[in-house]
Amino acid sequence: MRITVTVDGTSYTDDVEPRTLLVHHLREKLGKTGTVVGCDTSNCGACTVHLNGQSVKSCSVLAVQADGGEVTTVEGLARDGQLHPVQQAFRDNHALQCGFCTPGMIMQSIDLLADNPNPDEEAVREGLEGNLCRCTGYQNIVRAVRDAAGHMRPGAGPEAEQVAGGERTTTGVGGDS
Amino acid sequence: MIPAPFDYVAPSTVDEAVRALADAGEDAKVLAGGQSLLPVLRMRLAAPTTVVDLGKIGELKGVRDEGDAVVIGAMTTHYDVQRDPLVHDHALLLARATDTVADPQVRHRGTFGGSLAHADPAGDLLAPALALDAEMVIQGTGGRRTVSAAEFFQDFFTTSLAPEDILVEARVPKHTGWTAHYEKFNRVAQAWSMVAVAATVRAEGGTIAEARIGLTNMASIPVRATAVEQALVGRSADAETIRAAAEHAAEGTSPTVDGNADVEYRQHLAKVLTGRAVEAAMAG
Ligand SMILES: Cc1cc2nc3c(=O)[nH]c(=O)nc-3n(C[C@H](O)[C@H](O)[C@H](O)COP(=O)(O)OP(=O)(O)OC[C@H]3O[C@@H](n4cnc5c(N)ncnc54)[C@H](O)[C@@H]3O)c2cc1C
Ligand code: FES
Ligand code: FES
Repeated sequence: MRITVTVDGTSYTDDVEPRTLLVHHLREKLGKTGTVVGCDTSNCGACTVHLNGQSVKSCSVLAVQADGGEVTTVEGLARDGQLHPVQQAFRDNHALQCGFCTPGMIMQSIDLLADNPNPDEEAVREGLEGNLCRCTGYQNIVRAVRDAAGHMRPGAGPEAEQVAGGERTTTGVGGDS
Repeated sequence: MIPAPFDYVAPSTVDEAVRALADAGEDAKVLAGGQSLLPVLRMRLAAPTTVVDLGKIGELKGVRDEGDAVVIGAMTTHYDVQRDPLVHDHALLLARATDTVADPQVRHRGTFGGSLAHADPAGDLLAPALALDAEMVIQGTGGRRTVSAAEFFQDFFTTSLAPEDILVEARVPKHTGWTAHYEKFNRVAQAWSMVAVAATVRAEGGTIAEARIGLTNMASIPVRATAVEQALVGRSADAETIRAAAEHAAEGTSPTVDGNADVEYRQHLAKVLTGRAVEAAMAG
């Protein structure tokens, strides 16, 4: 079947077998290996991408279901060499060890911040319920998401505004920019 | 793992979908949000020859007001049910239960109708549908028919849907002004209910005027806790009433045994969780 999917801003038209999972299409056909597969049961969230503005587990969507749609992967977040604020916050807060869960964690964190720009700790934990990390114990991940919220929120105090209005402006605010 | 090969069709109307299913025969499968079906296909626990995707059928999506009922399209996602104002005003129990389903990514894709059609006894939307006396609107080769939730759920993963049938929507009688709570007991890394209790009540002053209680995973199908309901109605909503009523929660249940819990433990949970659910529902 012929499908057209826009991935990280570029439109791709390909022939795929109906049984192809979106994650395999991204990795094997389009070379977007930043998105990884961590399980066979739709539990781990490592494969999370945004499809038409919402986070999904790309191992649990057929590529043909994404036909005509728009996908953002972790590879499409940085702008002009500047990390997305959530990527930067994961780095600043040591929110990864082996890094396998990180692409999914970051994509889901952006989704959660788009829904709730100022989440408390519990809201972050609930928002990341579908993402498993076997290394970090989640503490620094939660810290990173709340840190990113501070940088992304408009009017969140002078310091945050300065950062948001300064070097990180090109990375945009939330969503799938 | 990847699924075994299959043919894929994505019709744009329910009529076409029913025809596609009938043409493809017994080995066809409906695809809704795919959050139960795709894991099954990936594990090769099923290998349909044809997959009929309902994702392009606009008439199956959304919630509408039909006088005395709220009608929820089968392809309405969990995410949209959670946020729908009609559901909040007239079927709050469904919104509360949907809040507890899976995780945000799964709720973006998974659908209300898919959950009911899948009929996993641990599924969280079955007991609320039963407690609210929802009716299922089904379309098959012989046209449309409506069946009650009580007739719809038949056994583990089994409903009254024939292979060429499509669940179109659920009509949920309005429970306007009722308060509700869904009390769920699950392991942290897995959202599936070991046992859960769906409770919705209408209070008049301090008295419980009406109550509906449904139990998740206490049998192969959702169970209505009528003895609990009877023990609540007409009484003042104090701790003693709730405690005494909750004692009836395990009556008529036949839970399964699995690695998480045996029968006795599940029946104990049903009572404890019923007490909590009713108390929280009364608190609003
Ligand atoms: C990690 C994970 C955790 C989960 N946790 C929970 C949980 O805590 N609680 C819970 O309730 N659920 C949970 N689920 C399941 C989730 O709610 C699914 O969305 C739901 O079970 C199926 O809905 P779906 O739209 O994805 O259906 P699909 O997966 O597309 O379909 C499921 C089945 O129903 C049939 N079907 C679907 N729609 C129709 C229709 N309109 N007419 C006829 N047949 C139809 C399909 O043929 C298939 O057999 C979880 C899923 C995952 C992956
Ligand atoms: S690989 Fe998709 S959820 Fe684990
Ligand atoms: S950092 Fe290793 S799994 Fe999360």
